[in-house]
Amino acid sequence: MQQDKLIEELQAGNEKAFERIYELYSQSTYGIIYSIIKDTSISEEVLQDVFVKIWNNASSYSFEKGRFFTWILNIARNASIDKIRSKDFKNKKLNLKSDNFVDILESRTNFFGKIDAIGLQQYIDALGATCKSLIDLLFFKGYTQKETSEELQMPLGTVKTKNRVCIDKLRSKVLR
Amino acid sequence: MDINNYVTSGILELYVYGALSETESREVTRVLKQYPEVESEVEEIEEALVQLSAAVSPADAENLIQAIKQKLSHNPKVVSMESRSSKMPMYIGWAASLLFLIGLFLMFNKNQELRKDLQALQGEKAQMESQIAEARTDADKSKELLSIIRDKDIVKVPLAGQAVAPDAYAAAYWDKNTNITYIDVKDLPEPPRGMVYQVWSLQLEPLTPTSIGILDTYEEDENKIFALENTNPSEAFGITLEPAGGSESPTMEQLYTLGVVAS
Repeated sequence: MQQDKLIEELQAGNEKAFERIYELYSQSTYGIIYSIIKDTSISEEVLQDVFVKIWNNASSYSFEKGRFFTWILNIARNASIDKIRSKDFKNKKLNLKSDNFVDILESRTNFFGKIDAIGLQQYIDALGATCKSLIDLLFFKGYTQKETSEELQMPLGTVKTKNRVCIDKLRSKVLR
Repeated sequence: MDINNYVTSGILELYVYGALSETESREVTRVLKQYPEVESEVEEIEEALVQLSAAVSPADAENLIQAIKQKLSHNPKVVSMESRSSKMPMYIGWAASLLFLIGLFLMFNKNQELRKDLQALQGEKAQMESQIAEARTDADKSKELLSIIRDKDIVKVPLAGQAVAPDAYAAAYWDKNTNITYIDVKDLPEPPRGMVYQVWSLQLEPLTPTSIGILDTYEEDENKIFALENTNPSEAFGITLEPAGGSESPTMEQLYTLGVVAS
């Protein structure tokens, strides 16, 4: 999925490449942001900022350091966390909700149709509680392996192998 | 290297999450450049995660692209040269274009070099900018806090340690004009995992506690001063330890500090 050439064109300032990158990653970036912020219009604002950052700082990405998706993921998580720590956000008391991604999928009654969220929901149900927490902390919240091991009181090595099993399950449902 | 073991160890998932250290990540990148089966494994993990997070998104992102494109900054575009008809004999023309090509080639080379330098510099610049911005925000915060503490219209309420934590100490600075109460909890013990401090505004007759905030960013907050909105006619402030997410009413056995507003 990662297209090295496309990323090089983005880094050279090619707007067409930017559009393609947006097509590939905007929906998932939106999901990451929303899972942290839980407010649609503020998430939309942050999504815009994140893609402006992707355009402006594209040259600071390097293949050696990791996946382009991971780079975007970090920008999105950081921007969202900055947002929920800001004063105006706190005053609205929006951070009292403690939903994770599973709750968000469960509360989804009317999805916009691009992705079959109801189908995905069934797969998530099949994942089990441990997998849900692992994916929530490691992927959506950006915890390190160590932080996750402390939070779930699970040995460090188990976090790694158990999470592998969870992602395998997810892959067998999502990718065909 | 046993590639099968490597793939099933779970390190690739952590790589895509961004949960590895920079050194570990570079190492994985090196391995996946070398083994195509590792690369395709990483691609599948990534694709599953892209789909999962996309399903969590609240609305279609497609129509936002126009708004984003308007915010992008651009480098000036190269203006194309106008072609001009020439009366010069053909061979002079050819000679000139040959020279021009050589020149163009040299310039192209030079340009490539410069562009590389520029890219490196831009990366550094972006980093510096974010560092400066961070430092500036910190300084601004400190200035703001200092002015709050000095302001004569702000009521200071010392909150003394209670039975569970006799050595604890906190202070509330109540700005009645803006309805904001600043809580300084530098001298409270670090809350145990899974627990948070919750701040209460109290009315004394009859005793009525009202939650004015949960200090759930305690760990990340460096100066341990929190601004909370408080529109209550507070007669006292208290801080209790509660399970993550806070409680409806205070757990009095876990009352850490308490202080009465001087009238």
